Amino acid sequence: MEMATVRHRPEALEQLEAQSKFTKKELQVLYRGFKNECPSGIVNEETFKEIYSQFFPQGDSTTYAHFLFNAFDTDHNGSVSFEDFIRGLSILLRGTVQEKLNWAFNLYDINKDGYITKEEMLDIMKAIYDMMGKCTYPVVKEDAPRQHVETFFQKMDKNKDGVVTIDEFIESCQKDENIMRSMQLFENVI
Amino acid sequence: MAAGVAAWLPFARAAAIGWMPVANCPMPLAPTDKNKRQDELIILNVSGRRFQTWRTTLERYPDTLLGSTEKEFFFNEDTKEYFFDRDPEVFRCILNFYRTGKLHYPRYECISAYDEELAFYGILPEIIGDCCYEEYKDRKRENAERLMDDNDSENNQEGSMPSLNFRETMWRAFENPHTSTLALVFYYVTGFFIAVSVITNVVETVPCGTVPGNKELPCGERYAVAFFCLDTACVMIFTVEYLLRLFAAPSRYRFMRSVMSIIDVVAIMPYYIGLVMTDNEDVSGAFVTLRVFRVFRIFKFSRHSQGLRILGYTLKSCASELGFLLFSLTMAIIIFATVMFYAEKGSSASKFTSIPASFWYTIVTMTTLGYGDMVPKTIAGKIFGSICSLSGVLVIALPVPVIVSNFSRIYHQNQRADKRRAQKKARLARIRVAKTGSSNAYLHSKRNGLLNEALELTGSTDDEQHISKSTSLIESQHHHLLHCLEKTTNHEFIDEQLFEQNCMDSSMQNYPSTRSPSLSSQQGLTTSCCSRRNKKTTHLPNSSVPATRLRSMQELSTIHIQCSEQPSLTTSRSSLNMKSDDGLRPNCKASQITTAIISIPTPPVLTPEGESRPPPGSPSHATNISTASSNIVKVSAL
Repeated sequence: MEMATVRHRPEALEQLEAQSKFTKKELQVLYRGFKNECPSGIVNEETFKEIYSQFFPQGDSTTYAHFLFNAFDTDHNGSVSFEDFIRGLSILLRGTVQEKLNWAFNLYDINKDGYITKEEMLDIMKAIYDMMGKCTYPVVKEDAPRQHVETFFQKMDKNKDGVVTIDEFIESCQKDENIMRSMQLFENVI
Repeated sequence: MAAGVAAWLPFARAAAIGWMPVANCPMPLAPTDKNKRQDELIILNVSGRRFQTWRTTLERYPDTLLGSTEKEFFFNEDTKEYFFDRDPEVFRCILNFYRTGKLHYPRYECISAYDEELAFYGILPEIIGDCCYEEYKDRKRENAERLMDDNDSENNQEGSMPSLNFRETMWRAFENPHTSTLALVFYYVTGFFIAVSVITNVVETVPCGTVPGNKELPCGERYAVAFFCLDTACVMIFTVEYLLRLFAAPSRYRFMRSVMSIIDVVAIMPYYIGLVMTDNEDVSGAFVTLRVFRVFRIFKFSRHSQGLRILGYTLKSCASELGFLLFSLTMAIIIFATVMFYAEKGSSASKFTSIPASFWYTIVTMTTLGYGDMVPKTIAGKIFGSICSLSGVLVIALPVPVIVSNFSRIYHQNQRADKRRAQKKARLARIRVAKTGSSNAYLHSKRNGLLNEALELTGSTDDEQHISKSTSLIESQHHHLLHCLEKTTNHEFIDEQLFEQNCMDSSMQNYPSTRSPSLSSQQGLTTSCCSRRNKKTTHLPNSSVPATRLRSMQELSTIHIQCSEQPSLTTSRSSLNMKSDDGLRPNCKASQITTAIISIPTPPVLTPEGESRPPPGSPSHATNISTASSNIVKVSAL
């Protein structure tokens, strides 16, 4: 029986503090939680999906967790280390609105080519709706994700060329007050 | 939600930023951490051994002793530590539960001591992790049996039985012969008669002496009357026993289907059939065949012998192995029989007349019996015959130890597999329960959340504290996360029964009016909640009043659905009536009606609907509207 004894030690606390926007204490708390769940120091996709699905008991969150994993795994080596984790969280919790929108764009752009196509957005949307599960009110219709994608593209795609670029995305989001406000929602999470 | 995973909740919430650009509705506000203090180390002194942990670790489970304020009772002011006069070994497991979210059961620990400790610390044993759960359950069962045995022996010594009726006593006597002397006597008597019956069957066929006429008769025909009397006596005893068992059985149908009762029936049937059809030449042949079934009486001994029963059971469970063995043997037999037949075909006066006739030779040779009634005569036949006997040694001798070891292996394996299967069902059920528990907690808190916001409106703060006490900060953050997901997709989580009810109603009812909520859910809700936000800044433009009223009614009817769990809507207006009329929790009612008033800029529109509660006082009306409209985003944004 093979046991993968991959271990990963993160960089020193001072370096991480310099790279991210967290204080030392926050990094300590975050690392303790991280290492508790993954004693080997890295998260692979399976563990990631398992952890994420614990938060959404009613639906199936594996597809969305897969996209999220790719968004966090910036160097695409198949595992999320503590540095990747901190990098992502630093943007999400302490970054500027521009950085956050950038991160969201990166999440939606599945093949990382700089354009969000309708198919990519549809995949993302379906993954989000999958997380809702079956027992919803009103019942999720078959074309609900597609309609949602249409609404999204109507709002975001300014030049109507069928793809959303990063500039269109950031510009449209900055015009929408709802989105701007909700970006600040998780400021005090740590 | 496991405690370890709770550490990842901040990550999940941060990742929810990915939903924000996609959502069309504003997100609910995040729960605030009212008493956010620096995490501190606390010292737990258990009988002298000091354990240290973070306060937040213990607070993960607020309904246990260590996670709640109950531990303050054990706080020692002089040493500034919590002192518990309990077993430190077991405490190690308990503390690990807080740290890892998994409760383990140490094997060396006594089960009752462990249970006591769990009860002391307020931890339910059901959350023991899968790795230790079987062990725990086994030990618990053994302990329970031991206690039951103790109780039984106590009862027996006292001589006071619980009031069993006559039937149950009889059944118990049949199943456990050592419970009373009468049962024991019955047990031995039946055993004796089974033996007698079997021996008579055997002796019947022995030739004993000659009769004038130089014919040797078997004893059965010589002393026909004696044997007949013996047979009658045995059958009478067996019949009486069967009828008594049938009467005493708790479930007669199940008893009649059981193997032992079928054996009983088969054992006594031939006699009665023989009584019925006597001296009928046509069926006497069949009657003779029936007598063979009398030998089944010997199987009645299995009631008396535990070992026989176990053997029968293991044979049954090894049936597939034996079947395969027979199959491979049959293959070998057919091959060699064919070969021998064709080899001996040439020789004259060969006994190998056909392939089936050669089967007999092959079997006899392979099992190394070698009767000698069929022998090959050709050279080719002899060669193949010797190959057959050599391979027979191998083919027969090899599987026998394999079968023997198979027996023991399969027997033990079966026992373990059955155990595991039973536990798997229980394990899956537990996982399902945990999942539904988590989602139910969210749905429950949503309803409570309504109450909370309503109470905020009406200004009674002590109730609010009472309700929010039941959810810890982590739970409220988790629920906020699920709430954000609902807003992103514009659909809500409901529980299974409600979902099924909705499905049934949607297929049964013809509902032009209820279609409007679903439409509005796609477009109206999105625009309504967003437009309501605009309302906040533009101070309730009158032009949007009718539309707002309709939408708010539908919004409120949504709340109504959730609150009262009645999915049937006729018209949105009557639903408002329904809400004011039916006797829901008064707080709920008050909340919705108050919001209804506030959200509509012209209150007189609603008062004819049978609204009896007065709107809040007019001087504060203006401020109420502004605060209420900010609250509207909260309440109706569900």
